[in-house]
Amino acid sequence: MTILEFTSIVGLVSFVAGLLGSLTGLGGGVVLVPLLTILFHVDIRYAIGASLVSVIATSSGAAAAYVKEGFSNIRIGMFLEIATTFGALFGAFLATRIPTTVIAVVFGVVLLYSAFISRAPRAHAQRNQPPDPLATRLRLNGSFPDREGERAYNVQRVPAGFSLMFGAGALSGLLGIGSGAVKVLAMDQAMQIPFKVSTTTSNFMIGVTAAASAGVYLSRGYVDPGLAMPVMLGVLAGSLLGSHILIKAETKSLRLVFSLLILVLGLQMLYKGFWGHI
Amino acid sequence: MNALNAAPQPKPPGKKTQSTAAAPNSPDEKPQSGFSRDGVEAWTDHRIEVILGNVLRSGVVLSAVGVLWGAAIYFARHAHQAADYRIFRGEPSEFRTIPGVIHSVLDGQGRGWIQLGLLLLIATPIARVLFSIAGFVLERDRMYVAFTLIVLGVLLYSLLGSGLTF
Repeated sequence: MTILEFTSIVGLVSFVAGLLGSLTGLGGGVVLVPLLTILFHVDIRYAIGASLVSVIATSSGAAAAYVKEGFSNIRIGMFLEIATTFGALFGAFLATRIPTTVIAVVFGVVLLYSAFISRAPRAHAQRNQPPDPLATRLRLNGSFPDREGERAYNVQRVPAGFSLMFGAGALSGLLGIGSGAVKVLAMDQAMQIPFKVSTTTSNFMIGVTAAASAGVYLSRGYVDPGLAMPVMLGVLAGSLLGSHILIKAETKSLRLVFSLLILVLGLQMLYKGFWGHI
Repeated sequence: MNALNAAPQPKPPGKKTQSTAAAPNSPDEKPQSGFSRDGVEAWTDHRIEVILGNVLRSGVVLSAVGVLWGAAIYFARHAHQAADYRIFRGEPSEFRTIPGVIHSVLDGQGRGWIQLGLLLLIATPIARVLFSIAGFVLERDRMYVAFTLIVLGVLLYSLLGSGLTF
């Protein structure tokens, strides 16, 4: 394959991944690394470097649109970023030290988990709990506009959420993904933050988290300009388009297709990792 | 959790549970937080976020322009060479250190421009964190100024301390 052909095809695949990732809310990075390694036989370290860069682009590009909705809580975001950035640094250093087969296996498990969480029914826990003293002290509680006016929320279980966020950051740094699934687990399930606030705040955090490991990746020579260029431009264009078109009726079936794709890719990554074909 | 005894008295839920959040007092009012004590225009969380959103978008646009320009040069010179990423070699120092990237940009290398665009992209969230510090300073929120400085430290360590500058 010539560079022109390779770049065009990778750019197109990245565009579709960014579009689907944005429409389904699952993020494009999670399918990009397996696609690059399985379809294009790219070394997983190059794939992770390119994906990480595209994660920063999507998160930062979408931030302006998210902010207008006024749901994100910058205090929750900034406080939890302490955990995610330390986690990301840890993940990036781990990535340079452990074998690629182990990375592939971890990636497979994360993909299977993402496929599972995207299908699992969301448990609507009771949200009107009394304020947690630690959350109050950290000024994490807030409110957001709802149909019936302003709705206040009280953040719960701060230490659990903080620890999960360290894990999310480590996975992001190790695998070059936004790890939105773990972030939502931490904020939505553990800390009982309303879903809209969780997703918008998580988007804000993803860029900062990815930047913490991207510096390490770049300096280690994992970011190849020829590969990162079509990936970053493709994912950015796809996700921007995805955030502007709203095909609500189709989102449900799109989600199903996308989670099936994630499931297949997860099994492939596990297979590749266990048999050393990576 | 013993250290939390000094925490402020919990207020009943449903009311404003946090004086510093951008919580409107009623749906009809404009969102306003408790920072208007000395300023004509209050520095609300939301206002800071809008500025931050625009900072981030500008950074991404600037970065994409750099990457596109680099791609044009790269294609003009290397379009018909073979692409192979099967074997990991690691990038040469001209594409993985800040001085190396600047040097290859001055040489007019397409891949140098791409890396410059990517460096700008990595710097964009750092700019966001810097602006957040300014915002928390204006809100006189010392605790969050400290939190944000920690995050900034980690980011700068990643970018400068991990070998990028050498």
